[in-house]
Amino acid sequence: MTLARVLFYFLSFIVLASAVYVASTQNLVRSVFIFFVTLFALAGLYVLALADFVAITQIVIYVGGILVLILFAFMLSGRETLNTLQQQKSSMLNIGKLPALLLAGLFFIVILNVVLKVDADNLVWVKQAIATKNVITPNALVTDNIGINLMTKYLLPFEAISILLMIALIGAAHLSRKEGAK
Amino acid sequence: MITLTDFMIVSAALFCIGLYMLVSKRNAIQILIGIELMLNAAILNLVAFGKYDKLANGGQVFALFAIVLAAATTAVALAIILNVYRRYKTIDPGEVNKLKD
Repeated sequence: MTLARVLFYFLSFIVLASAVYVASTQNLVRSVFIFFVTLFALAGLYVLALADFVAITQIVIYVGGILVLILFAFMLSGRETLNTLQQQKSSMLNIGKLPALLLAGLFFIVILNVVLKVDADNLVWVKQAIATKNVITPNALVTDNIGINLMTKYLLPFEAISILLMIALIGAAHLSRKEGAK
Repeated sequence: MITLTDFMIVSAALFCIGLYMLVSKRNAIQILIGIELMLNAAILNLVAFGKYDKLANGGQVFALFAIVLAAATTAVALAIILNVYRRYKTIDPGEVNKLKD
């Protein structure tokens, strides 16, 4: 049992436990703040998968951007939000939640079966990558390579994303303008 | 050595928690958080498989794209939520049942 493996179990426990808490708590504000913990621990998992640049991006965009946006929407949408929450019966296992629990559980069983059947560590292309030393090692400089690839091999998706971001920006501004202001 | 299967099991569990939130919650913001959880499960898989692509970095680059797309989705969804709140005074998706006119 290496240190990386211990860390992996620790971080994935934090991720799953905090995600379950986010899903089950009745308090909306608390669930948003615990979602912070989930995202941070996920960034740690990305580091363990040797993707440090993605981990930093996760922290900057998700934790810094998306969560602040969610908090904003929560604060702007007033007291009725909280009232509807408190009207729901407490406890996760009441009868209204049963279909959702059943759906999620059965879906989990299906995905687990697929994951165990596909045996991802013995896929052909993975074996090939290991044989040709095309595997990221912990001391490799990946970020430089990502930058070069982003500007050469993945230039078209990069530009498509930029156009889509502009569309989203204009769309969000258009949606949130005052009604009737011409 | 952390195997690919470990990452896939964690991301499957995360995906199902997101699915549970998506189906059971009566609050648009919590549904949005559920969608974010599912997106993060997908990104975790992309990153885990991206380890075996050192030259092209396919997994990691598309994980970055997915994160950016999630940010754009959230911005638009929150604008929609605020508009719905202004019109209906609630953000329960079950009660939003009228078109504009």
